[in-house]
Amino acid sequence: MFMQFMLLFSRQGKLRLQKWYVPLSDKERKKISRDLVQTILARKPKMCSFLEWRDLKIVYKRYASLYFCCAVEDQDNELITLEIIHRYVELLDKYFGSVCELDIIFNFEKAYFILDEFLLGGEAQETSKKNVLKAIEQADLLSMELYLVF
Amino acid sequence: WVCHTPIRLRELIRTIRTARTQAEEREMIQKECAAIRSSFREEDNTYRCRNVAKLLYMHMLGYPAHFGQLECLKLIASQKFTDKRIGYLGAMLLLDERQDVHLLMTNCIKNDLNHSTQYVQGLALCTLGCMGSSEMCRDLAGEVEKLLKTSNSYLRKKAALCAVHVIRKVPELMEMFLPATKNLLSEKNHGVLHTSVVLLTEMCERSPDMLAHFRKLVPQLVRILKNLIMSGYSPEHDVSGISDPFLQVRILRLLRILGKGDDDSSEAMNDILAQVATNTETSKNVGNAILYETVLTIMDIKSESGLRVLAINILGRFLLNNDKNIRYVALTSLLKTVQTDHNAVQRHRSTIVDCLKDLDVSIKRRAMELSFALVNGNNIRGMMKELLYFLDSCDPEFKADCASGVFLAAEKYAPSKRWHIDTIMRVLTTAGSYVRDDSVPNLIQLITNSVEMHAYTVQRLYKALLDDISQQPLVQVASWCIGEYGDLLISGQCEEEEPIQVTEDEVLDVLEGLLVSNLSSPVTRGYSLTAIMKLSTRFSSVNRIKKVVSIYGSSIDVELQQRAVEYNALFKKYDHMRPALLERMPIMEKTASNGPTEIVQTNGEAEPSVVEPKHPPPVGQPASQVKNTVFGLVSRCLSLMAFYLFDLSKTVNFLSIGIPPMTAYNKNGLKIDFTFERANPNPNVAVITIHASNSTEADMTDFVFQAAVPKTFQLQLLSPSSNVVPALNQGTVTQVIRVLNQQKLRMRIKLTYIHKGSAVQDLAEVNNFPPQSWQ
Repeated sequence: MFMQFMLLFSRQGKLRLQKWYVPLSDKERKKISRDLVQTILARKPKMCSFLEWRDLKIVYKRYASLYFCCAVEDQDNELITLEIIHRYVELLDKYFGSVCELDIIFNFEKAYFILDEFLLGGEAQETSKKNVLKAIEQADLLSMELYLVF
Repeated sequence: WVCHTPIRLRELIRTIRTARTQAEEREMIQKECAAIRSSFREEDNTYRCRNVAKLLYMHMLGYPAHFGQLECLKLIASQKFTDKRIGYLGAMLLLDERQDVHLLMTNCIKNDLNHSTQYVQGLALCTLGCMGSSEMCRDLAGEVEKLLKTSNSYLRKKAALCAVHVIRKVPELMEMFLPATKNLLSEKNHGVLHTSVVLLTEMCERSPDMLAHFRKLVPQLVRILKNLIMSGYSPEHDVSGISDPFLQVRILRLLRILGKGDDDSSEAMNDILAQVATNTETSKNVGNAILYETVLTIMDIKSESGLRVLAINILGRFLLNNDKNIRYVALTSLLKTVQTDHNAVQRHRSTIVDCLKDLDVSIKRRAMELSFALVNGNNIRGMMKELLYFLDSCDPEFKADCASGVFLAAEKYAPSKRWHIDTIMRVLTTAGSYVRDDSVPNLIQLITNSVEMHAYTVQRLYKALLDDISQQPLVQVASWCIGEYGDLLISGQCEEEEPIQVTEDEVLDVLEGLLVSNLSSPVTRGYSLTAIMKLSTRFSSVNRIKKVVSIYGSSIDVELQQRAVEYNALFKKYDHMRPALLERMPIMEKTASNGPTEIVQTNGEAEPSVVEPKHPPPVGQPASQVKNTVFGLVSRCLSLMAFYLFDLSKTVNFLSIGIPPMTAYNKNGLKIDFTFERANPNPNVAVITIHASNSTEADMTDFVFQAAVPKTFQLQLLSPSSNVVPALNQGTVTQVIRVLNQQKLRMRIKLTYIHKGSAVQDLAEVNNFPPQSWQ
């Protein structure tokens, strides 16, 4: 399914990750994020995970204190998008070991790297959890110096 | 001279999070940005990576980071993997293709695509596939194509998705990827398989030639899907007992595209679809995701009726699922299939109606739309009860659409006139302020034509006015009725219920009350003044009426003033014409002969044909001739009144919105006009009504109108008024299209019908939408 963007944000509306797969200026991205975050935070817990917003379908799910929110296109399967979100959460969980919001805050660049091994251009590039984690592990080894510099 | 080391990323994050106010945070950020800026100026290679990473963090908090853009490019060009990793990430976050600076990346990406380390190649492919502009894609397509043919599955899968992006940006390059697709499906690696299926899907969606070419893959796709279902537990790809659901869903989607409209392909996939539909575990979301995709495929291809029924039943079961997400997708899908598989969907009607009570707004909306689609002559009473109950209790955002839906359904299927009037009354009294403005003329026409119900209707409306004059549409319809049938009201002629006792003065009190009330809109005041005027030929209190009319001759409201002046003139100079003019309205025809095609003028205004009078009609002509000349030679003031008296439902659409109608298609005697209105409350939804007429001597039967719009739009087609376009313009088929759009509207339409024994099919592009329809 073609994902146009993915946003991770806290219950206070603070952005923790924003991945854009469509070309938009910084100003436009800010506006979309602001509007969408407000819309989702206003929803009650009993409502479903899908909503129509502008001409997109929004799929979102809350995991602990973080909202994972994707915008997909009209012909995309909302239910499998939920699975995509879930898979990403599992990857983060495996990588960080019982992931929590603080992990994402302090290691945001790693969250991006993991996402970029799972999705590419808005589509899933790898459906095996093991393979994604293996690739990240290898890439991390390559950047061992990362620890010295950071 | 102290050379200080830039602080580490995590330390900066920690520090910033200690800020207790926005101002404190801003100060910290500014300080750090200044440090980073000077570090950049010093061309510090060692800490560039750390600094850019910090900048990215601050950017995420909402602070400007554009001064780091060039630094990202320097990182990308570095030989250190860590630098490249952060550099590419920075590029994806800080650059966008609208800025020229992004082109500077092209060469680096090209080099990195050929790097000896696959993880570097991976970074380049990822970045290109995420944000590559058309120019970059053109420059680098050849590299991507090369990588698509590599045996390294890590790179191959990324190259496939990168190719998808290239094709999206530069569709003309699609051809060059064709050779590389040759053996993609023979891969065992799921990553490559998945991305290959995505690539094939993209190509088939964009090009009918590619689609025809790839149809031969159907057996292979079926085999792969079968293996996924039949194979035992595979830990690597398992999700709750299902093997690689992501790949299954993508294959099902590709099969949908390949099977659509093609008998052979559809047949080849029939068995596997039945198998997936019956064997997939439904206890978790993942299984339902696959079932959902399967249902979509079954409904879109040329499947056997048994399979279609199976699909609808799956949706029916979805409706009963505790998971509201499942109910939501079920309703969405049922809405799509209700036209083509009406009877099968009908079986689930009661479950759908139950969803009207759901707490979720989106579910309620879909349930409402579906409910209206399912109303027919057999279930009208029961359905209407539910829908009226829904109307009473639903959120304001639904009321306008629901009210319109009720009116439409009532018009089509009312079991009796009395039931019809009662239903209208119910809507007007409970949701009267949400009813659309165009409902008023529609209702007026309806009431006029229900001759035997006039007394009952005016009585009920009068009583409603006594209760509440705040709901404008109700007040307008009531005023009009009282003006028309006031004589029946005071004579106590009602048969349907106990007639009320009311005097002329009481009626005039009520109407005059509307004129002075600040609850009344200017339009409502117009209606009331006209009603009072009409009563001058039905009541005996003519003097009282004359007085009212003369008072309003100096009203501040220009509309009201004009009317009053003209009515005054009627009393003074044209009194002999008054009885004829104010006579009871005849039954109004709602057929094509009075339809919009004859009255349309290019500025969007529509008026019944009027001619400026040169002289008043000669006195002493027989009454009927006077009537004819009056309606033929009517002065401007009377033409205005005629407009208000004669509102035909279709014409008001033009006038209240001012979007000119258009002819979308005109060929072989079949003409299709589009008329427009804006939906209320969502002004981004354009409501288009198509009017199909047939000027040939033979009827066009089995007429089906279909429309398709570009990907960025959303389109909904409601039921047509009929499937027969009668010959010689004796009637029109109308159908409503709703389009959600914020850009220039384009549409492709497909028409199929049977004419003189042979089947006709035609496709056409509609590009001449008036700008107001999409602005």
